[in-house]
Amino acid sequence: MSPFWIMVTILVLAALGYVLGRRRAGSVAAGDIRGLHSRPTYYGWNVALFTALPSLLVLLMWVLAQPLVVDRAIGANIPESAVADAGARGRIMSEVQGTAISIGEAVNKGLLTEAEARSLTPDNTALLDRLADEDITLTPNPAVLEAAKDYRSINQNASRTLTGLSLLLALGGFGWAMARTRPDYRARNVVERFIRGFLILCSLIAIATTVGIVLSLVFESYNFFQLYPWQDFFFGTEWTPSFGGGSRLGMLPLLWGTLYISLIALLFSVPVGLFAAIYMSEYATPRVRGVVKPLIEILAGIPTIVYGLFALVTVGPLIRDWIAQPAGLGNSGSSVMTAGLVMGIMLIPFVSSLSDDIINAVPQSLRDGSLGLGSTPSETIRNVVLPAALPGIVGAVLLAASRAIGETMIVVLGAGAMAQTSLNPFEAMTTITVKIVGQLTGDNDFASPETLVAFALGLTLFVMTLALNVAALVIVRKYREQYE
Amino acid sequence: MSDATSAGPRRVGGPAAARTSLLVADARTKRRNAAEARFRAYGVIAIAVAMLALFFLMFTILRDGSGAFWQTYVKIPVAIDAAVVDPKGNRDPSEMDDVLTMSYAGVLQDALARWTADNGVEIEGLKDSDYAGVFSNQARAQLRNMVLQNPELVDQTVEVPVLAASTIDGMFKGRVTEASAAIDKRTSVAQFQLANAMEEKGALATRFNWDFVTQPDASDNRAEAAGLGVAIIGSAYMMLIVLVLSLPIGVATSIYLEEFAPKNKLTDLIEVNISNLAAVPSIVFGILGLAAFINFMGLPRSAPIVGGLVLTLMTLPTIIISTRAALRAVPPSIRDAALGVGASKMQTVFHHVLPLAMPGILTGTIIGLAQALGETAPLLLIGMVAFVTEYPAAPPEGLFEPASALPVQVYNWTQRADSAFFERASGAIIVLLAFLFAMNLVAIILRRRFERRW
Repeated sequence: MSPFWIMVTILVLAALGYVLGRRRAGSVAAGDIRGLHSRPTYYGWNVALFTALPSLLVLLMWVLAQPLVVDRAIGANIPESAVADAGARGRIMSEVQGTAISIGEAVNKGLLTEAEARSLTPDNTALLDRLADEDITLTPNPAVLEAAKDYRSINQNASRTLTGLSLLLALGGFGWAMARTRPDYRARNVVERFIRGFLILCSLIAIATTVGIVLSLVFESYNFFQLYPWQDFFFGTEWTPSFGGGSRLGMLPLLWGTLYISLIALLFSVPVGLFAAIYMSEYATPRVRGVVKPLIEILAGIPTIVYGLFALVTVGPLIRDWIAQPAGLGNSGSSVMTAGLVMGIMLIPFVSSLSDDIINAVPQSLRDGSLGLGSTPSETIRNVVLPAALPGIVGAVLLAASRAIGETMIVVLGAGAMAQTSLNPFEAMTTITVKIVGQLTGDNDFASPETLVAFALGLTLFVMTLALNVAALVIVRKYREQYE
Repeated sequence: MSDATSAGPRRVGGPAAARTSLLVADARTKRRNAAEARFRAYGVIAIAVAMLALFFLMFTILRDGSGAFWQTYVKIPVAIDAAVVDPKGNRDPSEMDDVLTMSYAGVLQDALARWTADNGVEIEGLKDSDYAGVFSNQARAQLRNMVLQNPELVDQTVEVPVLAASTIDGMFKGRVTEASAAIDKRTSVAQFQLANAMEEKGALATRFNWDFVTQPDASDNRAEAAGLGVAIIGSAYMMLIVLVLSLPIGVATSIYLEEFAPKNKLTDLIEVNISNLAAVPSIVFGILGLAAFINFMGLPRSAPIVGGLVLTLMTLPTIIISTRAALRAVPPSIRDAALGVGASKMQTVFHHVLPLAMPGILTGTIIGLAQALGETAPLLLIGMVAFVTEYPAAPPEGLFEPASALPVQVYNWTQRADSAFFERASGAIIVLLAFLFAMNLVAIILRRRFERRW
């Protein structure tokens, strides 16, 4: 039986277990369910869970482990003479798997009996010709054919064992839970313990994700630094990857582009977002607020690819034709300015909604005190509200900076791909995220530094944004405690 | 203002500070009022800038993209020559299958040349290649499929609308002018005039283009045939995976953290992790997907399953944050009442708290899904940029087959050489935004109808 059908069988058994468990609870209570510790459904669930969980767990682990174990066993059996070099072993393994699948197909179509499949040799040309007529060509390599037969028989045995084991476990769990269904059995507590376990398991996924991110970044970055010296990566000023070898993979031009674009984006979005937030929380009437706030939030809901296209098709040519070319500063549609401005637009709602929250958190008594002393509203805001809200606003700016550094689609479409270090904002430059996309899109060779460098760039990006986020969170949290 | 009543020595003074009427503002008050007005103006300007950016963005997308929903078709009588399409003369589709698509280009070209002569259109310098260039490369395949399905058509004259080339289509949408036609290698001034003549006589017409939403992507030189079908299916599959995985996991996590978790190191660690994951750049999730799901677990590239898993991990923090807020909004009196009549903690949560929090949870989930639908960067890394023209099968097998995704299709089209693809990209964005708008609308309606204030 294939794992899928084993799973279906187990689930059907579990459903049956639910019905039978419930009924049994009714019968052991002799028709009066007040004698039971829990409601009958809990007895049903109890049986279903004991039927399904252990066997499904075994099934899952087996399915994950089987390919690894079998590959290793078969790999050890292939004689060294058949393997030319290190890369060839992988090719031979996939040839073995392909051959085993072909034999399986032939048996399924009735072209081969099981006994013939087991005694297949390259010398048996009559049999091989018969298969070739049906478009199944088997390898003439005796070592591979031998390994493929082994592979097939191991997998068949494993599959048989798995079917037996998991069904046995399911039935065992079913019988055990049924036998324990007695009026004084605390079915509810057991079921609730299972649910609690599930809840905790789900909560751990957040940790697993972080661990997964860190592991995948660190592992491949380590491989990269084995191939390329870390000093040259972190302090190199030249980025000229070439898949033929002799690449120079210095990160500094990318870092410069990233920071320059983020700076422009922040210079645009922080004043606009902050003033918009101030106006909305301190001046605007509820009606204006009710219209403007949702409109600004629309900006936050627009996907970044839309901003990217906007930069590429509209803003880029506009800046080039109206500013850069008349001023003689550049001829490129994609530029630091384009990407920075569009990213600034994207960040407006981010800055304004965060600042709005923070400004609203400043106690009204501070404002009342200041206004009562005769200051104008703007003096109150500048001298009382903003200083009180400053740490929170700094936190918001840091979060916005982290967004800007990690933003991808706008810079991919708006900033260009030229790795250069220049002060002129109308020239095309490139960023860390652009190069991650560039190096990892398409076919990858995970043995070359040109591919692996993307992981080192990703690690750099992750560390930078993490530091900004943590700093922002610490600042915001500290500030919140001040008034609560 | 304080100046008017202060008895002490003035700190700020000048000629104008001499005692005058309270009704006449002195210079300092004027200055302060001006500063106040300026400050207010900054706020108004800031909001105006944001609004302007929003409207400009929407306007350009709509302007550039609406053309993609209209497509130009050629409708002339086409005589299907038996000598070309059925050289053996048996009308047997399996034999006619050997005739290459290229041969049908000649059929179309001859048909147009005859049409031009019949209608008395005379244009100087019109070459054979100009006739052929009016038709899309897709048109031959269109004609060939039609003939193969219906062999009786051979030797007859049919009049079916076939796709016009993107350059001809561009003339109708103002993308190609007579001046630009002279420069472009693919077009000529004579062809431009021919197209105008055809339009006058009704042989070229533009109509609504459903194929844009249903057909798969097309190759670089057939912009007029490219559609979003595969991308929409791929996105739908991914949303399905995200919904099925992230809703239960997110709700379970939130229930644990909000209702059961003791205050200890582990829960602190989970909390910190969730708030950090919400701020990790999306491209890092793409790297995780590539390293963990494709390289380590061996899942296929370009498949919706990998995209769905990556987007699930990205959406989880959003769902968890909104679910926790919804759970927290259920007043403790509900829990107390349930516990008071003897419900267990688990029964309290699942029978009473969770149903009351459901509208809030669903709203958060829809907003999370909308975010996931527009996400592009991580999908680029897991191979969703591949050129896919086959519709994936129905789930579950279809989840493992190559597909595209809506936002990635937009990116894909921006990388093509033909500028007709930019119009397609903007059109795809209109479709994407329409989906997002619909989802947000559902979320707002849910919130309005079912949200309870306690």
